[in-house]
Amino acid sequence: MEAPTSSVQRPTFAVQCPIPISEYPIVTLAHGGGGRLTQMLIERMFVPAFAPQGEASRNLALEMLHDGAILQTDGAARLAFSTDSFVVSPRFFPGGDIGSLAVHGTVNDLAMCGARPLALSVGFILEEGLPMDELWRIVQSLAAAAKCAGVNVVTGDTKVVERGKADGIYINTAGIGVIPAGVDIAPRRAQAGDLVLINGPIAQHGIAIMSVREGLAFETAVESDSAALHGLVGSILDCAGDRVHVLRDPTRGGVSSTLNEIAGQAHIGIQLNEASIPIDEQVRGACEILGLDPLYVANEGKCLAIVAREAGEAVLAALRDHPLGRGAAIIGEVVADHPGKVVLRSRIGGRRIVDMLSGEQLPRIC
Amino acid sequence: MRFVDEYRNEPDARKFLHAIAGMVTRSWTIMEICGGQTHTLIKSGIDRMLPEEVTLVHGPGCPVCVTPLELIDRAIAIARRPEVIFTSFGDMLRVPGSGTDLLSVKAQGGDVRMVYSPLDAVELARKHPDRQVVFFAVGFETTAPGNAMAVWQARQLGLTNFSILCSHVLVPPAMEAILGSPDNQVQGFLAAGHVCTVMGYWEYEPLAEKYRVPIVVTGFEPLDLLQGIYMTVKALEEGRWAVENQYTRSVTRQGNVPAQRLMQQVFEVCDRGWRGIGTIPNSGYRLRPEFAAFDAEQRFGVETIRTEESPVCIAGEIMRGIKKPHQCAAFGTLCTPEHPLGAPMVSSEGACAAYYSYGRA
Repeated sequence: MEAPTSSVQRPTFAVQCPIPISEYPIVTLAHGGGGRLTQMLIERMFVPAFAPQGEASRNLALEMLHDGAILQTDGAARLAFSTDSFVVSPRFFPGGDIGSLAVHGTVNDLAMCGARPLALSVGFILEEGLPMDELWRIVQSLAAAAKCAGVNVVTGDTKVVERGKADGIYINTAGIGVIPAGVDIAPRRAQAGDLVLINGPIAQHGIAIMSVREGLAFETAVESDSAALHGLVGSILDCAGDRVHVLRDPTRGGVSSTLNEIAGQAHIGIQLNEASIPIDEQVRGACEILGLDPLYVANEGKCLAIVAREAGEAVLAALRDHPLGRGAAIIGEVVADHPGKVVLRSRIGGRRIVDMLSGEQLPRIC
Repeated sequence: MRFVDEYRNEPDARKFLHAIAGMVTRSWTIMEICGGQTHTLIKSGIDRMLPEEVTLVHGPGCPVCVTPLELIDRAIAIARRPEVIFTSFGDMLRVPGSGTDLLSVKAQGGDVRMVYSPLDAVELARKHPDRQVVFFAVGFETTAPGNAMAVWQARQLGLTNFSILCSHVLVPPAMEAILGSPDNQVQGFLAAGHVCTVMGYWEYEPLAEKYRVPIVVTGFEPLDLLQGIYMTVKALEEGRWAVENQYTRSVTRQGNVPAQRLMQQVFEVCDRGWRGIGTIPNSGYRLRPEFAAFDAEQRFGVETIRTEESPVCIAGEIMRGIKKPHQCAAFGTLCTPEHPLGAPMVSSEGACAAYYSYGRA
């Protein structure tokens, strides 16, 4: 990290890069995989830089380390604010494209704060040579997804880089949303006895992308689950209000990385039941063939909800009433044992820890 | 899911566990050969469900783990060359060489690509006649037929820009090395079902006879493993030694004869170094002289490389079943999946990675 050049007093943390350079002198793809190396970047480099410990004015919004920041305004309203960048390759995939994904990703980050999305910004980084017709299709798709989600794109930015300096198109979106009164979503609210729910089958997005990227042909195409979840979240909140304790969308790193983050932040244990985790046959088959664990594969239209036990059945019913929650299930519970750890009961009744992934999952040799 | 759920249900698992517990009268040490089996055992929690008399130790059957350091360094040297597209199965990419790994070579600009089949590498060579495509051909008898086919096809297609960096290893000589070692503790084996699908199991019969050790050819699903353990414990308790076949839905005594024929046409048996274990006579395959044109080591003339293993890593003892991963001083502290000292911490089939990922500390 660059040292400050002005006469501003140099904070002690910036003297040395906190990530052991000897281990990682350069950034590798695994740093972006959503697993432990991504977490290491965030915890050891970004958070200490942007929310330094021991300073008088604390950066509480960042310290929460949620999908989005929750900001208290001067009035009574609370705002949610989030950003996400999209570099997916290929740009068009079964069930979506980089345009619709760019809307869904940020809308979902806001939804996981319990917010109703208000407005989006869109930043395009375009590579010289990108066919105009592809850009048009992506923009149309982005506009349609925003309309469908009931949110306006209110500001934006465009940059073009030389051929070879990017992969066609990268999109950044940021969004703000309003959090209704009485909603309090935060990892720290997870407590022993709570139930863990998901709104449908896991691992579809990751496998859909992989099937196109690697040219793997399945009997029928696996489609990405990419979708805007704020409507679904709205119905959960209508049904259970502040008994909804945590919401998270398990994107990169999958269900296991997300639950590990929550377990770590709330100092609670999470117990999963493998047999109750919904997964489509096609996706499960693809994971078996490739040697991937679906618990680590990305989702783009899934929501993990941790709710008070007494609200569990009602939330499950509300989820199943929603078009994006037909395959919902209760997949586990929060426990006081093994704080910080996620433990899975296997299909044959054994137990194992489900750890955070260290980099990216790599298909096995045999 | 058909052909999967049948082998993963709790009532049948309980029946096997009950039967094993009811039969065992003393302690036995059984080695599962294959890293895939190790992972199923730990992932489904079988190791903790068995009666305490039955100890499972984890064998050398992880291709990523036993590929010699020197060969990984050679792979890295070749992958750095600008004219080369270096292709490999995914889990070889993160294995540490002496200084770096293939993923880091990729991050520094090397053209390193993950493929799902060696035939994809042949296809790449066909599409890129101006580039040299190299496939990292590692693995046991399971991957050898595919690699043999790749070389065979490349010759049929007249490709001059395809080669393999070959480090094939064979199971029976490794088993013999373990059994013949003075500190051997293994009393029975679960042989690797996929290796036997290709090779059959007739090769194991002389081993079972010579060392009086039961060998049960076993599959990879939780119930396969429980049944394999049941059959091994039963043979041990009854004082029998023979080769038995649990994995009948895939394995015959003769194996896949056309695949074996192809392998014999392309490869010949040679001495082979095993990472962490040392050189075992007649324990590997290399390309036959008539296929020398497809040998990446000859094509790129990589000179001898000085290699350096971590002095604290005990991978060799782990792969011979003498120690378990958590008995290593570096386990989980100096050596983690983010910063592996030895290959068993990297591969999804490595015993150390299995212990670490699934919380067996």
